[in-house]
Amino acid sequence: MLSWWKHAARIVATILLGGLLGATLLRVAPGFGIDDEELDPRLSHASILALRQNQPGENLLSFYFHHLTRLAHGDLGFSRTFERPVSQLLRERAPETLKLVGLGLLLGWTLAFTLALLTTTARSWSLDLGASVLSGILLCLPAALLALLFLLTRAPVRLVLALIIFPKVFRYSRSLLARSAAMPHVLTARAKGLGQLRILFWHVLPTAAPQLLALAGVSVSLTFAAAIPVEALCDLPGIGQLAWKAALGRDLYLLVNLTMIVTTVTLLANSAADVLGHALTVNPS
Amino acid sequence: MKSVRTVAVLFLAAMAIACLFASFLTSSTYAHQFRDIPDAPPSHQHLLGTDDLGRDRFARVLYGTRVSLLLAPAAALLSSLLAAVIGGIAGFTGGWIARVIMAITDLFLSLPWLLLLITVRALMPLNVSPITSVIITFALLGCLGWAAAARVVCADARSLVQSDFVLLARASGAGGLRLLCRHIMPNLRSILFAQFWISVPVFILTEANLGILGLGVAEPLPSWGGLLRELESYSSLTAGPWQFVPLVLLIAVVSCFQIVLHKQELPV
Amino acid sequence: MKRKILCIIRLVCLLFLTVTAVAQTGNELRFCLKSDPKTLNPLQVADDSSETIRYLTGGVLVRINRLTQEAEPELATSWKVSDNGRTITFKLRDGVYFSDGTPFSAEDVAYTVQQLMDPALHSPTGDAFRSGDGKVVTSISKSDRITITFPAPVAGLDKLFDQVAIMSATSPQKEKAVLGPYYVADWKAGSYLLLKRNSNYWRQDAGGHRLPLIDTVRIDIQQNRDTEMLRLVRGEIHFINSVDPESFDKLASENAAMVHDAGVSLDAEFMWFNQASKSPLPPYKQKWFHSTNFRRAVSESINRADLVRIAFRGHAQPGVGPISPANKFWFNTSLHPHPFDQKSALQRLAQDGFRLQDGKLRDSDGYNVEFSIMTNSGNKMRERMATMIQQDLSGIGITVNVVTLDFPSLIERMTRTFDYEACLLGLLNNDLDPNSQMNVWLSSADDHQWNPNEKTPETSWEAEIDNLMRAQASTLNPQKRKQYIDRLQQIAWEQEPFIYLVNRNALSAVSPSVENVHPVVLRPQVYWNVDELALRAEVASAK
Repeated sequence: MLSWWKHAARIVATILLGGLLGATLLRVAPGFGIDDEELDPRLSHASILALRQNQPGENLLSFYFHHLTRLAHGDLGFSRTFERPVSQLLRERAPETLKLVGLGLLLGWTLAFTLALLTTTARSWSLDLGASVLSGILLCLPAALLALLFLLTRAPVRLVLALIIFPKVFRYSRSLLARSAAMPHVLTARAKGLGQLRILFWHVLPTAAPQLLALAGVSVSLTFAAAIPVEALCDLPGIGQLAWKAALGRDLYLLVNLTMIVTTVTLLANSAADVLGHALTVNPS
Repeated sequence: MKSVRTVAVLFLAAMAIACLFASFLTSSTYAHQFRDIPDAPPSHQHLLGTDDLGRDRFARVLYGTRVSLLLAPAAALLSSLLAAVIGGIAGFTGGWIARVIMAITDLFLSLPWLLLLITVRALMPLNVSPITSVIITFALLGCLGWAAAARVVCADARSLVQSDFVLLARASGAGGLRLLCRHIMPNLRSILFAQFWISVPVFILTEANLGILGLGVAEPLPSWGGLLRELESYSSLTAGPWQFVPLVLLIAVVSCFQIVLHKQELPV
Repeated sequence: MKRKILCIIRLVCLLFLTVTAVAQTGNELRFCLKSDPKTLNPLQVADDSSETIRYLTGGVLVRINRLTQEAEPELATSWKVSDNGRTITFKLRDGVYFSDGTPFSAEDVAYTVQQLMDPALHSPTGDAFRSGDGKVVTSISKSDRITITFPAPVAGLDKLFDQVAIMSATSPQKEKAVLGPYYVADWKAGSYLLLKRNSNYWRQDAGGHRLPLIDTVRIDIQQNRDTEMLRLVRGEIHFINSVDPESFDKLASENAAMVHDAGVSLDAEFMWFNQASKSPLPPYKQKWFHSTNFRRAVSESINRADLVRIAFRGHAQPGVGPISPANKFWFNTSLHPHPFDQKSALQRLAQDGFRLQDGKLRDSDGYNVEFSIMTNSGNKMRERMATMIQQDLSGIGITVNVVTLDFPSLIERMTRTFDYEACLLGLLNNDLDPNSQMNVWLSSADDHQWNPNEKTPETSWEAEIDNLMRAQASTLNPQKRKQYIDRLQQIAWEQEPFIYLVNRNALSAVSPSVENVHPVVLRPQVYWNVDELALRAEVASAK
């Protein structure tokens, strides 16, 4: 019980640190506190000064402390870029990203893992080569070109993310499964005449399970990261698009909250993978 | 398979020779704008036609190969090594060290590194040479791209620590560093090669997208990523097939890398 | 019998399809905006998206007809500007109501003006009227007559009211009660806005029919230009207000009737050198940039015809000065673009001690002439221009480094750190009156980009420009103002603080199903007469 609390406390501390680091990166980045409306030649000197003063000027730690205090009361701050409360923006856009990421992960993993299993069990170099070339092609296609192809063919653009995730998951999982399949105990099982499926599910997968789970955990954050350009390119109104605009617009409140959300998701996914992986390593049966 | 591997090796060698001797293979420089013939189709003077500013595309592909094929694998190697060291140490040591390292890794996966890249650009003088700018870009990508693989490496190393041969080595008196370097690391090869192979095209494409921050390759130096950006717009729909040559080359090179390194991915 | 039934069924289906087709065209005009509007308060409009909503929903006293470029009565049937240029009296239209039924009167105008001129609002629209310190006084003599007095003369006073959407002083709906042809009925942030016809809109067409002709306007939020283009081609949207030259040519090759080149616009692309005394540049570079001969030589070394032909695919004109040739009254017709003459450029440079050695230009102290040009990333035309300028200047031995930066980083260098050498940007100009550029040309102003906020003019020509701008702002006589502005253009042409490169053409794309459309140069190019636009029935296409 105590270890669960310790684990939870570690996660919370890391999330808070993530928020602070995100805020730091934004504060030291050039262009912070700049509003492109300053270039409007109609504005008087007083208005330009007012625009400049209307930027968060307080000390970083003080800002973060106040932000956390407000966060405890459910106030996530106000987005300068969108001129709306951050909580409202997140509420509106989170479902879109959840759909996109969920679909991307599900489909990407299904395609990648199925292909990895096939290439491992079939042990055919032509199938292996074909799968590698396919994943190579998808890795080399720019996301913008993929999105354009989907738009042209009127295919659902949400599937773009699956095709971005697929080659990475395929490559890693194929390597893990191939190595697992070459282990002595598997060779012994094969020599003893066990069936392919039995070898796969009883001997190959369990050995590679901890690493595959780690890959699953990591693929959640990879998918989130990939969702940012996909949402920006395909005009999907999700939080990925918010993150892109927040970074380019130096929107402090929005970016800090988004960083904390992404850190939370990453930590939860990887922690779950760690726990499961650890359990399987200790008790592989 | 052996013949396929031979073809792949020969192709990679041909690419390397072509980009090393680019100045002999084309009379045009990559920068000169033939302003009378922008967007021209292939001709005997311009084998792959010209781009929107009238620059010889064949020359730009050759010189761009130098930049991308040299620097992207170097950056990929850097990120793989970092993943190996960080993930390996975490998996090997376990305990609170592993937890701290993995927490740092998770933070690395979550932070908006776009802002760091913008800051780096701000710290660089505006008059930095194009080649310096691109080296810095790829170095940054290498330094930032290790986190995902490190997690998988850590899980892998953790399993290996409990494997029989490691226990045997430990029982034989092998110390920590020797165990890590001689027994654990070599068995992480398959993951690290996968990481390397994925990173090469990802870094090439990312370099192109970093142009939006002023990083990446500065004009007039070409890169594959920059050449691929020509295909990313509505007007690319009427692109002649010669405009897809950089994409085809990238796919071919990445596939050849995969074929050549395929055997290396299998365990010792 | 069976045949009759089948025939009836076929007829019903056809009728259903036709009705559906008409209903799906929906009498709904569809187009895209790049981002959500930041505000629906018409007085605080500062971004393009908010400006679009203001144009579609706001009722103004005076409207500049975008086709004729003349001021026309709108909610004011007539107006008079006093001889001293400080006072304007409006006679208002009777029988006009806001969208919620609240009657429109002089009280609403007074309320709007007081809100607009509130110094705490810092509205760009309000600042355009702010020619001097002091309060703005409104006086209502009748319910349909109002006099507004400003503390100092305001140049082009009546035309400025084209930007002022009148708000209701009494309606409980506040800014949601509008006088324009549409009101905002629905807004799904990040996705779309739906505007519905204002049934109380006062305008009628020549046949006495109530305007607008189109019932609803659906505006999708779409940042990706390629998606927007595809949707236009598929018939999912009806127009794109501003199209880049490449896409224009691509569309033209598919359907020439869809594209419109309204000719040269008021917009300009230009570059300038950093002459700010606060800049951290080394003294030898500051010396180069302060030299008129240097700037003129750079200008003469740039091939503007090539920029027009290649970067803009011919859809632009070589730039001359601060006023575009499209601005027929104010443009100084005696001026022409600087010729492309690198020999003359080298002669000018020689006067300042520059010399060409081994293909490299060196200054009198032996430094190689090398500088960077920064521009904003994501703008293909500017990136192309910068690369072309790089080659052009290499012809006189100058090494140019092209740096593209994201906008906040760029603005920080321009306005805070002054850590840059040359910058290439553009000006989106929708105001014919050059008084709107006061803050660019006054040496003490913030937008005097090459050397902002000078305490006193650092050069005699900047002092002369200051005098000219103040003089043109304080006289109402258009001919006198024209003389001052002509002289300003002459000085700008000679001194080249801004090296004007091109004036872009106004390019737009419109579906053939939209009727009464007359794309123009002034924004909004396509829907400036939105209340008169109509949609021809078309076969619905699937979304």
